[in-house]
Amino acid sequence: MPTPVLTATDVTKRYGSGPTRFDALKGVSLEILEGESVAIVGKSGSGKSTLMHILALLDTPTTGGVEVDGSDAATLTGAQLNALRNRTFGFVFQQFFLTAGASVLENVMLPLKIARIGSRERRRLAMSALERLELADKAANKATNLSGGQKQRAVIARALVNSPRIIFADEPTGNLDTATGAVVEDMLFALNRDQGITLVIVTHDEELAARCDRRIFIRDGLIVESLASATTEGLAA
Amino acid sequence: MRAADILGTAVGNAFRSRLRTVLTVIAIFIGAFTLTITNGLGTGINNYIDSQLGSIGAPGVMTVTKPTEVVEAATGPAEYDPDAASELDAQGPPGSTVQALTGADVSAVGDVDGVTSVDPIVAVSPDYVQWGAGDRLVLAVSEFASGTSIDLAAGVGFGAAADRLEIVLPTTYVEPLGFASDEAAVGETVAVAVTDATGGQHTVDAVVVGIQEPSLLGASTSISPALTTALYDLQSTGLPATAVGQYGSLSVHFDPASTDAEVQALTSELAAAGYTGTTVADQIGVFQTIVDGIILVLNAFAVIALLAAGFGIINTLLMSVQERTREIGLMKAMGMSGGRIFALFSTEAVFIGFLGSALGAVVGIVTGLGISSVLSNGLLADLAGLQILAFDPVSVGGVLLLVMGIALVAAVLPASRAARQSPIESLRYE
Repeated sequence: MPTPVLTATDVTKRYGSGPTRFDALKGVSLEILEGESVAIVGKSGSGKSTLMHILALLDTPTTGGVEVDGSDAATLTGAQLNALRNRTFGFVFQQFFLTAGASVLENVMLPLKIARIGSRERRRLAMSALERLELADKAANKATNLSGGQKQRAVIARALVNSPRIIFADEPTGNLDTATGAVVEDMLFALNRDQGITLVIVTHDEELAARCDRRIFIRDGLIVESLASATTEGLAA
Repeated sequence: MRAADILGTAVGNAFRSRLRTVLTVIAIFIGAFTLTITNGLGTGINNYIDSQLGSIGAPGVMTVTKPTEVVEAATGPAEYDPDAASELDAQGPPGSTVQALTGADVSAVGDVDGVTSVDPIVAVSPDYVQWGAGDRLVLAVSEFASGTSIDLAAGVGFGAAADRLEIVLPTTYVEPLGFASDEAAVGETVAVAVTDATGGQHTVDAVVVGIQEPSLLGASTSISPALTTALYDLQSTGLPATAVGQYGSLSVHFDPASTDAEVQALTSELAAAGYTGTTVADQIGVFQTIVDGIILVLNAFAVIALLAAGFGIINTLLMSVQERTREIGLMKAMGMSGGRIFALFSTEAVFIGFLGSALGAVVGIVTGLGISSVLSNGLLADLAGLQILAFDPVSVGGVLLLVMGIALVAAVLPASRAARQSPIESLRYE
């Protein structure tokens, strides 16, 4: 039985106060198991991005708690939190957030730089991540000179360069055409399958969601439905 | 991020918006350049004054005068004192006088602790100097005090024997007297003429032992003590007995190895005895205080320029932070601490500051040395040895540190804004 790597308990998130008050999350509880792929599905404004931010410890819930490997995130110090984000999490965003003027290699090395890894080791790890995504020949190119699919692959390389345990992907194919999107999806699921990296994908794309082990549907800040995909019924049960 | 990575990234970031960085660097450059030049002016002038110190007086020598009695308007005119010696014209503002010193004063000063010897300073006014049958030239002389160093263009200067009649002429006298060169003049005998109180003119022969470079205090001729005495005796011939033996000031010798505190003690003992002692260092100190004051004002203007440049840095960094909002958010999401983000942006500011100030200092030094050599061959050619702009590594280093310090202060606002940025706000998109 896989252990839960992330646990959210009755999480609420409220923005503003008084008449402008807005409850983005109204009490969400969920568990994400080690090695599974989970899709958080919902329309825009449903609170799915907020939920991902809270799970990724980028934001703190108004009430409720998040546990990482069984320890309460609220008790972590700033330095522990930074170390956790740096080593345990990888991020893939819809908008690539690549530094335009810098080379692909430099962009991929950024998390390693933050982790204070030496420059030789940094280069080696980044090159191997780029090789895995078949982007090694573009290492010296400027990030701006890449196509959309190449950019997203560079972003995935950046997300996995630190060998994270969980990759958070926010609309990873939102900016890509169908064919390129499919390639990027394949790569993400290959990482999940081959390396056991837990995948948390936020999307409104039903087809992408259907490829995940589990789909969590969220509407107006509440989980309305949680489905295990037919293909992986056994694992989720 | 490691410190080296922060530095590397900050330098890279500074060049990312090249035009903006260049413009900010120019603003800092102007301030640093001005500050380097004004500091160089101060160093140059002070160096020159220091080098002149040697030719004005030796350590271990003090000039002693009797302080002028101040006549206060409120108390009315002072009562006549028949015992007081007559007043002599003194150097200083027109009309100011000093109390003349007499033989009694010479022995009183000699009795003060720490004084090794006292020589009255006598004023000798020769009429002219002449070589052979050449032109007769007007001459102003000063007695050579032992221990003083003279900047000689030729010759060896005064010998050890004090009883020889010797003279050191300024370079400007060489040609008019009819000598072929500085070297040719050395060893020749010139005639120095004085007029006595009865109107009779006498000449004394003196050997030229050196040719002197002109100094800050003008082209003056130095004469040996023996020549001074000889000329003074001739000049005083026929004076009434009461007028002989009155001196404007005394030259007091003390241990040249004395510390400042010992000199201070000697000065206060002289003051207790009713005399004013002034060392050369005191006189030079007044010059230097004035120079330092002027330089301080000039520096203040340069610092104002730098403060304006500081706001340029704030502006540049604020724009950088604005532009890099996403990147900052991403770095924070990837676990970079706020402190390191702050360090990243302040390092960028300090680097921009360093770039501007290093450029300003280098261009300032090159320009300064150029101007200095042009001036010392032109406008300031009469002041041999004056380098109007000189650069001392400590003050140039100080300028660099000051500018980088200003840049660091300027970075506080933008860098703390960057450090406080929330990753989600920064990464939000529509």
